[in-house]
Formats: sequence, C-alpha cells, structure tokens
Amino acid sequence: MAKITFVDSEGRARTVDAETGSTVMETAIRNSIPEILAECGGACACATCHVYVDEKWVEKTGKASAMEEDMLDFAFEVKPNSRLCCQIKVSDALDGLVVATPGKQG
Amino acid sequence: MSDTIITDVVIVGAGPAGLFAVFELGLLDIRAHLIDILPRAGGQCSELYPEKPIYDIPGFPIVTGQGLVDNLVKQIEPFHPTFHFGEMVEAVESIGEPNHPAFRVRTDAGKTFECKCVIVAAGGGSFQPKKPPIAGIDAFEGKSVFYAVRRMEDFRDKNVLIVGGGDSALDWTLNLHPVARRITLVHRRDEFRGAPHSVNAMRELVAAGKMDLVIGQVSGIAGENGELATATIKANDGKAHEIACERLMPFFGLTMKLGPIAGWGLNLHENLVPVDTEKFETSTPGIFAIGDINAYPGKLKLILSGFHEGALAAQKVHRYVYPDKKLTFQYTTSSTNLQKKLGVN
Repeated sequence: MAKITFVDSEGRARTVDAETGSTVMETAIRNSIPEILAECGGACACATCHVYVDEKWVEKTGKASAMEEDMLDFAFEVKPNSRLCCQIKVSDALDGLVVATPGKQG
Repeated sequence: MSDTIITDVVIVGAGPAGLFAVFELGLLDIRAHLIDILPRAGGQCSELYPEKPIYDIPGFPIVTGQGLVDNLVKQIEPFHPTFHFGEMVEAVESIGEPNHPAFRVRTDAGKTFECKCVIVAAGGGSFQPKKPPIAGIDAFEGKSVFYAVRRMEDFRDKNVLIVGGGDSALDWTLNLHPVARRITLVHRRDEFRGAPHSVNAMRELVAAGKMDLVIGQVSGIAGENGELATATIKANDGKAHEIACERLMPFFGLTMKLGPIAGWGLNLHENLVPVDTEKFETSTPGIFAIGDINAYPGKLKLILSGFHEGALAAQKVHRYVYPDKKLTFQYTTSSTNLQKKLGVN
C-alpha cells in the first residue's frame, strides 16, 4: 500500500491509497481522479494518462521505456519529468509519490 | 451524391461488436452494411492495441487485437457484409413508425442508406485527430491549421510547419515537400517512430538544406482572420523562438469523441447510450446500441459483452425486418439450415 497525491492543473491536490502491484493510472481511475482519461485502458497505446512526476520522485519512478517515449510523442507539453502513469507500478518505495496532471490529455 | 443504398441494417462502427453483429444478423437472413470512420475494420482493437494480447475472449487463452479482428472478419465472410471505411455517419433520420421503423442514414462522404434498423456499435465514439492545447487554435482550423491533407493545393508555395514524429508527420513532410515553399518539421525529440526509410528520406532533405528540422514543441501561434503568420517553438532548453509559417499541421494521433451521435435524437447519459438488457434497444425503436457505447445497470465494457448484446439485438431486429416470420431458435452445431448459410454444408 502506498499513498499517492495527484495535483491537478488548477493546483488542487488529492491523496489516495494505491494498492501495491497496481499502476498509478489504475489508482487514478479507481479514485475518479480528474484529468486522467486512460482511453486505451493501460495498454501504453494512447498517451491520455500523461503526468508530470514531482522532481523529488523522478529517480524512484525511473525512466520511460522506449515504447513509452514513443507514445509520449502523442502527449502535449511534454517535459523531462513526463510519464504515462499506466507504466508506473505502485510499490512500497513509491509511498508518498506526487504527480501533477496536465490540463489537456486528448 | 450516389444513389440510395437499400439494406436491412446499418451498423455504425466496425469494431469487434459491430463485426460480430453481422454474424448474428446473418444467421437470421438479415443483411448489413458497416460504416466506420477508420480506414479498416477493428476499431479500438486495430487502432489502439493491434499487437497487444487479449486474455479474456472465451475460447482464446491469448489473442492479439489484430488477430481477433482478422478472425471476426473471416467469420462473417459468409454473410458478405459491405464495408464503408473512412466515412462518418453524420445523420440518422427516422422515416418509419414505431412498429415499422425505418431510417435514412447519411455519411460525411455523401452516401445515403435506407434501412429498417440501425445498430450503433461505435465504441468510445469516432476517432478524431487530437487537437493540441494551443491558445486560439480554433480560429485557424480549416483555414490554415489542418489535421489532414484534403487538397495538396492548399499548401502550394506556403511555409508549412508539420508537428509530430510518426508516419503521418513524416509522410506529409515528404509528400508536401515538392509543393510547399519550405517545410519545417517540429518534433519534441530527435528520434522518430516513423518507418526508417521515411526517417532517412527526411534526414537527407535536412542535410541537403532543403527543409528544416526543429526539436521542440509549439507553444503558441499568431495571425489574423484565420490566416497563420508565425508559430512559437519552445526548445527543450526552455528558449522560445518564432518561425514564420502560413500552414500548420499537428499530428498527435487520434482520440475518441462521441461526435454526431449526440444529434440523432437518442437519450444519452454521460456520453453513453442507455439501452434495455433484453433487446439492447435505445430510446428510439429500431435503433440499437451494443458494445462500449451503451449503458445499462451492471454494464461491463468487455468485448464479450458486445458479442452477447449483438446476439440479443439481432433477435429483435428480426422482428422488425421480417414482421410476419416466426423465429425458431437454432444451433450452428446441428442446424443444416444455419450451416448452409455459413457455407459449411
């Protein structure tokens, strides 16, 4: 179990419980987090679960894979800390993770 | 304008649910035409995850999205469905009565159909180009900002900015190069997903000084009366600079939008079409909705739900198409009648 905080584009933060082994995207959908669409349902095929990982967590969440980088081409306003959150697996090490969501996904 | 196409059923959407509906209708001697905005069958399966394995199709421990679609297309071959790809259904107009429904269906390609029933199997809606969140872009769309090339002449002797790193961006970079005054390709990184030969061809043009490649993202555009004049490109180091351009083509892939369905007079609930769970009929008798687009208590957005819904909807469609015929339930394993229709007996 880990706590994850989603900060929306207006700056509003929501902290929710995330199950170990699930993905950050699944956690967002389960908790009706706004600004996460996840159109493809987690197949790394749509770039509508784009998040900005808080700088303090970038090292722990790791780098995007080559496939994820390809899909990030479909996202808007991509930054060095951009990730598709369907590709971030929840673990105890991510307890306290903070991600920000962009104003527009698709 | 072509002549009106007369058929029993028009199916809107050629994803797995729409494809299998052809099978269930076919067994009941009901002919169908399928219309899809995409250039091929398969809907989300082909568009979003053609190579991804699916594990919850009954009888297939594992099958890819494209594998499932290919099998469905083969399965419905005996019923000779007619596909209309690259077309969007714009209007569905009722021309019958509740007990004897009939509809006139029009597509954006100018085709008109007349049918007894419509099955909406449109999944998440129609796939449409993603629009980048650039302030004021709406005012330029269709005049100087385009998401597809309809007429090459629109780009003749223009400074064209193409944004993206996939095949669409690369193909149009190469195709418009001889026509445009100058092409600038903008991509967020110096790596491209497109076909290697297209990437090489683009790099050769850049090396020869015949086009420009800029690594960065478009952060703003400016112009007057819908005519673009400049675009601001933000480089990855945060520095911004302006590029003069009269045309902009953003290629950020596709997203699903409900689209014209909202205007067909159906009751909608949160962009879904409510149906009953006996016939999967909408608020308009004769219009059915199956697959991810429908809503009812307990709905699961699974492909197998779409199959089930199509089978049940077909039973009611039969009553509309053949009001005087009694429907006898038969199995494909034992019915010589059904086997004849499938071409196996």
